[in-house]
Amino acid sequence: MRWINRKPGPGVRTMLMLAPFVLLVLAYGLGSMARLSDNPSDKLLPALGTMVDAINRMAFVPDVRTGEYVLWSDTGASLGRLSIALGLSTLIALVTGMLVGMLPYVRALLAPFIATISMVPPLALLPILFIVLGLGETAKIALIVIGVAPAMIRDLALRVQELPREQITKAETLGASSWQIALRVVLPQILPRLITSLRLQLGPAWLFLIAAEAISADSGLGYRIFLVRRYLSMDVIFPYVAWITLLAVITNFALDRLRIAVFPWSNLEAR
Amino acid sequence: MSEIVFDNVWKEYGDQIVLEKISLTIAPRAFVALVGPSGCGKTTFLKMLLGEEAPTQGQITIDGVPLVAEPGPDRGVVFQRYSVFPHLTVLGNVLLGKELRAAPVTARLFGAARRAARDEAMALIAEVGLAGSEDKYPAQLSGGMQQRLALAQALIMRPKVLLLDEPFGALDPGIRADIHVLMKRLWHETELTVVMVTHDMREAFTLGTRVIAFERPRDRPEERERYGALLSRDIDIWPPRIAGAPLSNTPDQDDLVTPLDHGQDDLAPTQGV
Ligand SMILES: Nc1ncnc2c1ncn2[C@@H]1O[C@H](COP(=O)(O)OP(=O)(O)O)[C@@H](O)[C@H]1O
Ligand SMILES: [Mg+2]
Repeated sequence: MRWINRKPGPGVRTMLMLAPFVLLVLAYGLGSMARLSDNPSDKLLPALGTMVDAINRMAFVPDVRTGEYVLWSDTGASLGRLSIALGLSTLIALVTGMLVGMLPYVRALLAPFIATISMVPPLALLPILFIVLGLGETAKIALIVIGVAPAMIRDLALRVQELPREQITKAETLGASSWQIALRVVLPQILPRLITSLRLQLGPAWLFLIAAEAISADSGLGYRIFLVRRYLSMDVIFPYVAWITLLAVITNFALDRLRIAVFPWSNLEAR
Repeated sequence: MSEIVFDNVWKEYGDQIVLEKISLTIAPRAFVALVGPSGCGKTTFLKMLLGEEAPTQGQITIDGVPLVAEPGPDRGVVFQRYSVFPHLTVLGNVLLGKELRAAPVTARLFGAARRAARDEAMALIAEVGLAGSEDKYPAQLSGGMQQRLALAQALIMRPKVLLLDEPFGALDPGIRADIHVLMKRLWHETELTVVMVTHDMREAFTLGTRVIAFERPRDRPEERERYGALLSRDIDIWPPRIAGAPLSNTPDQDDLVTPLDHGQDDLAPTQGV
């Protein structure tokens, strides 16, 4: 049998799925052990136990100075920024993407402009944003929006244009106005894609969030990582990175479930 | 009624002439079957009738009124694919036309208005043989059922003209015969002029009252761009089929397809030898 036709069974599939994760932890454990046996005060690859202590300290013991549980207040601050920024981006992308995709006049006006804007490296704008908008929340949110919205707009506009012309024609023969076509034909078919587009932008959004927090913030997951970096606290940094990854993975998964639950037809196999 | 007139219509795409000198009068309640080789401009012809494409020259009128340059609710359409909306259930698809017409802003109906529209839609769904599938999405239907749905969706608008672009081309023969019976019944029972593109000669002669063929008289590669297809054959089916009179003088039901092979010979002169 050709390799392209061989498929793992459910048990093997689970094992294969877990293998890289197990290997990663194992490799880390071995590396850490090797370094610590050379030099017990090595900070680069702390033992798993040390990291558990750090997690315990960050998550379940109130900070002596502020009385806050640091991990949770950092998480709250970061997720707050992220959700406002992603909410804004989604809204902007939906409205602009539909207008650009549906109306030739708006497309002629905006498509080249948006294509150009999406090529500006957002991180290069960060100093400008901090200067213009100050060091507060606005600049961080603006960075994320500038970083992810253009890509989402372009993706959605393309999806709108990819809708079969026959469907639009059909709607016209059912007497639909442009507004009605937007509302009943385009919008519902584009919403599942909007969710997918959002999922694809989660990675960039976290990148911009952490970059902004690293430079100027007083809380947030990115802020903490760059703060404890000064003390070479790898025992805090590693769990924080894992936690951020876990948050992103969960969001990604939950958004996909949401899409299937709200738009069941979008998961039916197209004929 | 709805007399459609093509007056010396030409269609060019850039330098390429697709259709030439099309002059044609389609009587009200006719069922015109349009045949011709692939790429000869059948879909283009239909698009012009639909208002999606404008003729390069000439004029199309319906009841003496020049065609508006946009598709509208007086002309229904069923394509081979993508005719129904994948995000709406069977009921939602059929209901859509009513909702669009009645509610310009929300495009949705509520309460008693919705119930009335729903009853009408359900009746039509049963009429096309989809009773029981109201809550399914198109992806859960077979190809034949999807085309039945597309017919119901178009007919709820009570269009004067129904345009079909190879609507049954992708269906299996058995399913196609069933849907022919339906198509005929709908044509008899509804105030409808039908123009159907098909590549199936048998289908053309089974359903049509009139079969017209497009053909390129000059089809050498170097000529293809400068010469379009002409209306090359125009055959009235004999004995005539009359809309609304399914039980008239002839047994023109579907299973009786005897005249077909003759029809094919008529249209393909090279075959006679
Ligand atoms: N939008 C278009 N732009 C340029 N050429 C087109 C366009 N649509 C159709 N054509 C050309 O017109 C000819 C007729 O196409 P069509 O009407 O689709 O043929 P048929 O439906 O008979 O197979 C083809 O040669 C096709 O390439
Ligand atoms: Mg065609």
